[in-house]
Amino acid sequence: MSTVETVALVKHYDNDVIAVNSIDLHIKEGEFLVLLGPSGSGKTTLLRMIAGLEKVTSGKIYMGGRDVTHLPPRARNLSMVFQSYALYPHMSVFGNIAFPLKAKGLPYQERKKKVEWAASLFGIEQYLQRKPRQLSGGQRQRVALARALVHEPSVFLLDEPLSNLDAQLRASARDEIKQFQRRIATTTIYVTHDQVEAMGMGDRIAVMNHGNMHQIGTPQELYREPADTFVATFLGSPPMNLLNQKECIIGFHPEHFLPKDIIHEESPRFEFPFRVTRVEYLGADRFVYGIVPSESGHTRVISKIPSLVTVPLETDQLYTFAVLKEDMKYFDKKTGKRIDPIPFSMAVFEHAEV
Amino acid sequence: MSVAEQPKNPTTSAPKKERTWEYALDNERLLGMTLLLPAVIYIILLVAVPFFLAIAYSFSDATIGDQSLDFVGLETYERVIKNPTFQTALYNNFRFTIIAQVLVTTLSIILALILAQDFRGKWLFRFLILLPWVTPIALGSVGWLYMLDTLYSPIDYVLREVGFLANVEGKGEFVRSLTNILQDIGIVEKDTALKLNCEMRGTREICFFNMQWLAQPDTALYSVIAVHVWRMLPLSTIIILAGLTAIPKDIKDAVAIDGVGPIREFFEVTLPLIAPITGIATLFGLIYTFTDVIVVAILTKGNPANETQVLPYWAYLKGIQGTNLSEGAAIALFMFPFLLVVAVITLTLISRREVT
Ligand SMILES: Nc1ncnc2c1ncn2[C@@H]1O[C@H](COP(=O)(O)OP(=O)(O)O)[C@@H](O)[C@H]1O
Ligand SMILES: [Mg+2]
Repeated sequence: MSTVETVALVKHYDNDVIAVNSIDLHIKEGEFLVLLGPSGSGKTTLLRMIAGLEKVTSGKIYMGGRDVTHLPPRARNLSMVFQSYALYPHMSVFGNIAFPLKAKGLPYQERKKKVEWAASLFGIEQYLQRKPRQLSGGQRQRVALARALVHEPSVFLLDEPLSNLDAQLRASARDEIKQFQRRIATTTIYVTHDQVEAMGMGDRIAVMNHGNMHQIGTPQELYREPADTFVATFLGSPPMNLLNQKECIIGFHPEHFLPKDIIHEESPRFEFPFRVTRVEYLGADRFVYGIVPSESGHTRVISKIPSLVTVPLETDQLYTFAVLKEDMKYFDKKTGKRIDPIPFSMAVFEHAEV
Repeated sequence: MSVAEQPKNPTTSAPKKERTWEYALDNERLLGMTLLLPAVIYIILLVAVPFFLAIAYSFSDATIGDQSLDFVGLETYERVIKNPTFQTALYNNFRFTIIAQVLVTTLSIILALILAQDFRGKWLFRFLILLPWVTPIALGSVGWLYMLDTLYSPIDYVLREVGFLANVEGKGEFVRSLTNILQDIGIVEKDTALKLNCEMRGTREICFFNMQWLAQPDTALYSVIAVHVWRMLPLSTIIILAGLTAIPKDIKDAVAIDGVGPIREFFEVTLPLIAPITGIATLFGLIYTFTDVIVVAILTKGNPANETQVLPYWAYLKGIQGTNLSEGAAIALFMFPFLLVVAVITLTLISRREVT
């Protein structure tokens, strides 16, 4: 168990790509941190630098307070699960899990005991003699987890370990990894581009884009108080609605954008004309797609209405929807950064032709 | 509304001429056969016909002058086997091939490991490595003939310059030569004569020692093997390099994370992963070296005293130069069982190659 810290960490590739741009991270002991960002945002590069697989252009990495910036991976006592699982194809499952122990010079009997322990954690005892190619995707993933875990690392790194699984398996594997991490309480850095996965698993989430860190916080913080428009639109399904106003950008979550009539009369609110274009019924919720007038013409907006609310909504009809004042977020027009609430003109909504 | 009255789709309304030949190539069997035909004709005319002709010749008493196929049973084979030169040639074929291939496989793995590293000027290095393979083997062998020349060998010159071979005034002086060293460690036999070439320069007599690479049985043998190694090394290296580059980066990273040292990594990860492709490279090399006639034909002609004789050249000497077609055919056919075994193993290996 150990803390992980990066200070102004930078990675330039030879082709002038700035993959990671001055990242400061402080991961607490036993914490589950998710690195979240779209493809190409530099998550893997950052993780590989922490692992010691990628040279650092500048900046520092500390583990448990020790400077490990220029140490090789094996000096960092960590383990990693790769997106491809990277199992040794010519070794049996037993050989794969035992390999890191062999490198440490453990005698056979002890290796055997540890391998059996790790295999039982993930329910793969009966496959120990098989080769990786004789296993399903889910089983391979468990072998990779068992191998990563068997030598009791102090830091556990996972790079999109679930992206090769089908949706159902992914949901159960997500649970398992999370529970398992709780149990062993090993500091974990988990990379994903899937915000649902991130929201479900992370103690904290670090949101990256183009090599920059946009925000680090708990799932609730990111959701309630997004630091900028990127975070706001990257999280949530569907993500936050943004409207370009003269003074600023305003934003509100689909579940906060509701028919005026169901909001308490006296609550302070903003009202918007909303022309419904499509309604989707998704069991517990109703997704209502439509357009709202804004400074830059008409903007597509989504409303997420719990199915308890049975207000009839027809396509091509004009309704009045509202957002509570306290639920409205404000962003700077130039930088996209979150700002304190400022008054903005509602004129565009009042005389709108939608 | 009945089906007939339905408005016609305008794109299909105009009757289109049936042009079935347009789709002839869509028929996979037909396409496959068309593409294979040239290869099949080639194999029948240039491989199968000569092969069966050789079998027929070997059971007859055919000569170049009289090619009639009179059946004589195993008489030709008996005569061929009893010839001591044939026995040497058969032995040499295996000896050259196996020693050369052990060296080639070992060296090419080492070379491929070096070439797989990142360093400046890698492309130039790779190009130079590949050079012997793109050089016609006859040309390469002639080059080696000069390198190993009895009198003017540049190798001997270098050895003399660095002091391994004597370059002395007068016959009386004896300088410990490379040959002596080789004799001491048992690579060259004790009774090998050291040849001293002397010439008058003005009033002085200058003598050179020469290795006489191709004139002595053991050095001639090593020379032939060395040229085979020189010849096969590039292809083998490139094939194994391809195998090395095909190892996924994630696997190498996993090795680094698992904290495995380079020696264990090589023997327990890299080598097993390149084993199938190394096996294929090795089997290719075996076939090339086993059937090669050019190196011996140009370098030694089987000399000294047929000590470096090999089956294909012996078959040529007997069958074409000696005009004894039946014996030549019989000698050549002795290569067949070995080649068949190697070919079968190669094909099995290729079809079974693990895809991970
Ligand atoms: N080995 C490399 N050489 C050059 N550029 C690279 C290399 N690896 C990644 N990159 C670039 O760095 C950026 C970040 O990549 P990566 O860390 O893989 O992102 P992510 O894991 O978030 O998808 C991308 O623009 C990618 O093209
Ligand atoms: Mg990635």
